[in-house]
Amino acid sequence: MMSFVWAFLVGGVICVVGQFLMDVVKLTPAHTMSALVVAGAVLGGFNLYEPLVKFAGAGASVPITSFGNSLVKGAIAEAKLHGLTGVLTGIFEVTSAGISAAIIFGFLATLVFRARG
Amino acid sequence: MADAKKKKLTLVQQQYQELAKSHEPPRPIAMNFVRAFLVGGLICALGQGIQTVFIHYFGFDPKTAGNPTVAVLILLAALLTGFGVFDRIAQWAGAGTAVPVTGFANSIVSAALEHKSEGYVLGVGGNMFKIASPVIVFGVAAAFVVGLIRTLIEMGG
Repeated sequence: MMSFVWAFLVGGVICVVGQFLMDVVKLTPAHTMSALVVAGAVLGGFNLYEPLVKFAGAGASVPITSFGNSLVKGAIAEAKLHGLTGVLTGIFEVTSAGISAAIIFGFLATLVFRARG
Repeated sequence: MADAKKKKLTLVQQQYQELAKSHEPPRPIAMNFVRAFLVGGLICALGQGIQTVFIHYFGFDPKTAGNPTVAVLILLAALLTGFGVFDRIAQWAGAGTAVPVTGFANSIVSAALEHKSEGYVLGVGGNMFKIASPVIVFGVAAAFVVGLIRTLIEMGG
């Protein structure tokens, strides 16, 4: 049960950081999301994001920061196995499920739905 | 960057911009924070719930349950976007729906739907990543640099 509370709290705080970047720093949504992804990648590089995922579960793995972390994680893991070229081949290793799912569901949606508004 | 833009304007234009700025309604920042926190937190708690279901009923372990969880959230976001509900929630929640992976899915689905009328190849295929691509480009660029540095350090040490 506590895992839900932590997921809620940590996920909420990360979203507030995003809202802060948009409202106070006055970044566009695209700049905000890019900044969060880069932040996730840098935290991942210092091994700081993984402990947060262990602690907060989906609270850390659902926000877009986890996308940056997963990109780095894939690159480093593959580089350990295959040397430097692994950095290139590993980048999409972990995130491919999310990107493929978004493309597939996005494409299917266009078969079913029309644009609204 | 903002200052460089300002210098190109004439005095009258600058005065107009100041006038326009003074009439802009102030952003309800505190309220926006609360909304982003509530909705973002709820989406993550929902993600935690989906993850728990995958772990308990489908035999995933906590490490492998992340992928199907994200996929389900993306599916939900795609459906809500298709039904036109997502935009209404997003308007209220701001970063609360945009920061979780649901926002990534929404940006892909809404761009694809918006350009459907231009055809499947040029419209849907050509524009699907129109809004989502900055995240991918900068994510991959940052991941490459960070991954390269980490790998080089580990090789040296």
